[in-house]
Amino acid sequence: MATEGKPPRLALEGITKRFPGVLANDDVSFSVAPGEIHALLGENGAGKSTLVKIIYGVLQADEGRVLWDGEPVSIANPKAARRLGIGMVFQHFSLFEAMTVLENIALGLDHSFSWRELQQRVGDILKTYDLPLDPNREVHTLSVGERQRIEIVRSLLQSPKLLIMDEPTSVLTPQEVDRLFETLRRLAAEGCSILYISHKLNEIQALCDTATILRGGQVVATCDPREESARSMAEMMIGASLRDVSRKPGTDFGPERLRVTHLSAPGEGPFGVPLKDINLSVRAGEVVGIAGVAGNGQNELLAALVGEIEGAESGNIFLDGVPSIAAHVGDRRRDGMCSVPEERNGHGAVPACSLTDNAVLTARHRMELASHGFIRYGAAEKYAEQVISAFDVKATGPRAPAASLSGGNLQKFIMGREILQKPDVLIVSQPTWGVDAGAAAAIHQALVDLAAAGSAILLISQDLDELLALCDRIAVINGGVLSDMLDVEGISIERVGLLMGGMHGEDAAGNGGDRGEPRHDPLEEQVHAA
Amino acid sequence: MRLRLEPRREASRAMLYGTPVLAVALTVLAGILIFSLMGYDGLAAIYQIFVAPIADPYRWQDLFVKAAPLITIALGLAIGFRANVWNIGAEGQYIVGALAGTGVALATWDMQGYWILPAMVAAGILGGLLWAAIPAFLKTRFNVNEILTSLMLTYVAVQLLYYLMRGPWRDPEGYGFPQTRLFSEWQTLPTVVQGTLVHLGVPVAFFLAIAVWIVLSRTVTGFQVRVVGLAPQAARYGGFSARGTVWLTLLTSGAFAGLAGIFEAAGPFQQMTPQFSVNYGFTAIIVAFLGRLHPLGIVLAGMVLAVSYVGGENAQTALGLPYAATGMFQAMMLFFLLAVDILVRYRLRVVVPADLSRPVEARHPPARQAETGAHVSSTPIDKQRESLSA
Amino acid sequence: MTTAILISIIMTLVGAATPILLAALGELVVEKSGVLNLGLEGMMLIGAVTAFGVTFTTGSASLGLVAAMAAGAAASMIFAFLTLTLTANQVATGLALTIFGIGLSSLIGQNFVGRTVSGLEHIFPAALADDPIGRVVFGYSPLVYLSLVMTAFVAWFLTRSRAGLILRAIGESDEAAHSIGYSVIRVRYLAVAFGGAMAGLGGAYYSLVMTPMWADRLTAGRGWIALALVVFASWRPLRLLGGAYLFGAVMTLELHAKAAGINIVPPEFLAMLPYLATIVVLTLISIAPSGRRNAAPACLGKPFRATG
Repeated sequence: MATEGKPPRLALEGITKRFPGVLANDDVSFSVAPGEIHALLGENGAGKSTLVKIIYGVLQADEGRVLWDGEPVSIANPKAARRLGIGMVFQHFSLFEAMTVLENIALGLDHSFSWRELQQRVGDILKTYDLPLDPNREVHTLSVGERQRIEIVRSLLQSPKLLIMDEPTSVLTPQEVDRLFETLRRLAAEGCSILYISHKLNEIQALCDTATILRGGQVVATCDPREESARSMAEMMIGASLRDVSRKPGTDFGPERLRVTHLSAPGEGPFGVPLKDINLSVRAGEVVGIAGVAGNGQNELLAALVGEIEGAESGNIFLDGVPSIAAHVGDRRRDGMCSVPEERNGHGAVPACSLTDNAVLTARHRMELASHGFIRYGAAEKYAEQVISAFDVKATGPRAPAASLSGGNLQKFIMGREILQKPDVLIVSQPTWGVDAGAAAAIHQALVDLAAAGSAILLISQDLDELLALCDRIAVINGGVLSDMLDVEGISIERVGLLMGGMHGEDAAGNGGDRGEPRHDPLEEQVHAA
Repeated sequence: MRLRLEPRREASRAMLYGTPVLAVALTVLAGILIFSLMGYDGLAAIYQIFVAPIADPYRWQDLFVKAAPLITIALGLAIGFRANVWNIGAEGQYIVGALAGTGVALATWDMQGYWILPAMVAAGILGGLLWAAIPAFLKTRFNVNEILTSLMLTYVAVQLLYYLMRGPWRDPEGYGFPQTRLFSEWQTLPTVVQGTLVHLGVPVAFFLAIAVWIVLSRTVTGFQVRVVGLAPQAARYGGFSARGTVWLTLLTSGAFAGLAGIFEAAGPFQQMTPQFSVNYGFTAIIVAFLGRLHPLGIVLAGMVLAVSYVGGENAQTALGLPYAATGMFQAMMLFFLLAVDILVRYRLRVVVPADLSRPVEARHPPARQAETGAHVSSTPIDKQRESLSA
Repeated sequence: MTTAILISIIMTLVGAATPILLAALGELVVEKSGVLNLGLEGMMLIGAVTAFGVTFTTGSASLGLVAAMAAGAAASMIFAFLTLTLTANQVATGLALTIFGIGLSSLIGQNFVGRTVSGLEHIFPAALADDPIGRVVFGYSPLVYLSLVMTAFVAWFLTRSRAGLILRAIGESDEAAHSIGYSVIRVRYLAVAFGGAMAGLGGAYYSLVMTPMWADRLTAGRGWIALALVVFASWRPLRLLGGAYLFGAVMTLELHAKAAGINIVPPEFLAMLPYLATIVVLTLISIAPSGRRNAAPACLGKPFRATG
């Protein structure tokens, strides 16, 4: 991959990394040239993150070597990586919520700066790359796009020769994505190599020069993404023909099963987002989606609907016409409302408890797993077994602790536990977050089937592809405020994006839609492709 | 060669039961060492503390009498600790429970009837419960840390005890000694084994252990306590109120401590004195942990700690080992338990340095590399980088 | 009220506040790094008995002070090893440390019960403290001035120094700090050691300055009050100073009421005052709206184990 006799900026040769029971990277080799934007493409669990951690010195490879400008190097820790000129922008930002932007940047630097000098240099970089960011604000007041910019500025201050971006767009609005790509192209033009980790095909086609595709820890192909179709890359990535979610397009919906009127609730925790006057309704057989960038009130919405906030909410919730705002979590379940929260570990399931106990956690009301205050462990174990077999959960049995399951399998168990209760209303949040493709497809199919059987489904997701594929109507939540409902048929991605950017995103303030070329809409294209 | 800790996929059951035994064994070893260093006969001290009380059947009744309040208090605490509710003011609840029962006793000292003792016990339970209700209220209403409030209330309870003993409740015929009059026969706890000190509180402690065991393992309430402790968010999702759990666990542990208090006052003491506070409420914390917060484990741990109390007295008379050593010894037991606890979740592995196939590292002598590892190997590159950027 | 009484009240107040301030300053730094060490009372007692023992044996109070700091730090290292290296529960370990400290201090201290030492020398010449005003300014133990210097130092360290920035960051998000490449465990070890040394110093104040005579459990729960003060101060050093002097005032009220022979309130109720005041103050601070509850470091008390 070395161009014109110059050694590649970064080359990996035969990198292998084992974890107990898992071969995370198996003989991985590829290289990145100076100024190249190189995609590392793969499903969740393909080994991308492990590989990147090895390059950034967070992990050490068991076998193989890393070459930097042609020289073999050993990268002991992130500091050593930064000394080489490797910068990294993490998927989950390494930011400190209660501290200012500038303090966060200072923490990311290896050398001590005077505040004045640092302020000066940060200001320069913000101006040079046209990045809007106030250095004196505390991080918890910032939008996700702004947070990402902190990480980028942090990296740029070290004048990196290689910038690693780990799933940078997963939480950005389409407008923010555009802006990020501009910055990245500019950096590449200045000679900085970029290693771009993603599983979003359209983005890779729009941005990258080369793509290395990982599957099961191995490199399956290195290609020019512009010469491949999204579908062909997806098939390389997944390793099988894509299984499409089958659903009959329904316009025949039954009666309204869930109705929410003027729902307001306080934010959860110090950095939570309060809900303001939420109104929505879901009919039998319908899937309604709530789009939005993470941290805009999604968790609060789920908590308020489920009844987790113990009476701090106001407004009303009707289940099949019955007002339920005063009902406790258990009573709402008995009345037919089941739910799957975003976080599996410690919210949807208790990691240290057995699957049987986790079945008791939410199914004891509807499935009669308890009577007279005593738990019916026999019945609970049977129900757990039922969920395991019906949803093809890979576990040693109902007595296995939830923590022993992989993310995808635990998610399938949780989904199964709720769906087999035959809920009238199911509220799910980020059902396929961090789940492998096979499990994601199974979960999507289960949701579609449940809707077809007459349940009402409210799907909260950051993944626009997922929403567009499954939902009949979509609304966007931003800053705790829910937009009007949009029919998915003929929806404008531009409009969804603007809504997602909402009030605190500076992009929506007029310069979002008309900047640069009109947005070619890869998301829509992919939906049609699928 | 180095030792490394590797996480286990599942908590080890063998270690879960084995570590308390290991902790006691390590405490014995450390005890021999420390007492020897202090100039005592270490082996003899350990014999007096750990073996003599068991070897001498005459001391068995003392063991049961000491163990009963420890077990009773620890059972209540364990329920709270499981739910991450840290009532460390059991000593205060124990005192206030005893005071409340004593209040009934003093009000009825010239009366007769089988109802008096039950009334005292009820008052004792209620006293402990109400004293624990203060941190529960402050925690649920204002989110005030229960660790600090329950502990502060212990100091308040001690002063309350002193006040009542020196003032209003002083025995009018007691020659000015700051203590109450002796309880009457209607107000003292009956013994259950003729001719011994073993009082009703002992079987009650064992009965409570079984009851708590059933509640924790078979009922929805026990499940709630467990889940709230392990994953509070999952508990809310499962329909368990966090506030309700705080109330439940604090009131229960307060009631148990109050019960132990009035049993102690109406049993071994048969009156109230300023010396009533002997830190059972704090030792019970060790009992709860050593018993793995499991009711049956707590019974065993309560017996172990009772042995150390009785043995501490032995060692004091036999070897002149100060009584304070007992407290330190008990704390060491908890230290060692917390230390070996990691073996439940992690497995100890002996690591042989990885083979040196990586070229950069192979340049360095293996011995040096094994010690300083990556630091050494990155230096040449640093130099290179510095020269490049200069 | 005569000037003499006023001066005596002020000096009692400062004296009562200083050991709590010293111990609380250490704990504040510990908690800012994300560690909750409930063993403050135990470390103070260990410091107190060490200070007394070393001073008694060597006759040098300064040596006693240094030994107290070393002993406090050493005791804190037991806590650090258990909670940081072995990821044991911080609440349980801190409690164990307190129980241990109580036992150890009375074990060592039994040889000293009732003995006295000549306390710490004053640093300012006695002439300066001759007139009343001079006494109020210059008439204290060196530890009083040290506590004020340390308050300023901790305030500067946390807000102005780079090391303080890193320490705060680790308390805010250990995961993030680790991923940037900071050694979470090492920083926390250092913070805990500092907290132990400061607690030892606070304990030494009781046995060398306040009552230069050994008595069992002479800290009487002040370590717990110091812990509460950190919460009360919303983890801010300067507010800690105010809080410590406020508590000093409460304790002074108790002492002076007793000394003045005021009989309206029984002495036991006066002795309850500091503890009741702590509960009241903790409640008030929790009721106060201004979002102060959020001032707690986000990782406080959570175990950290580096993954990868």
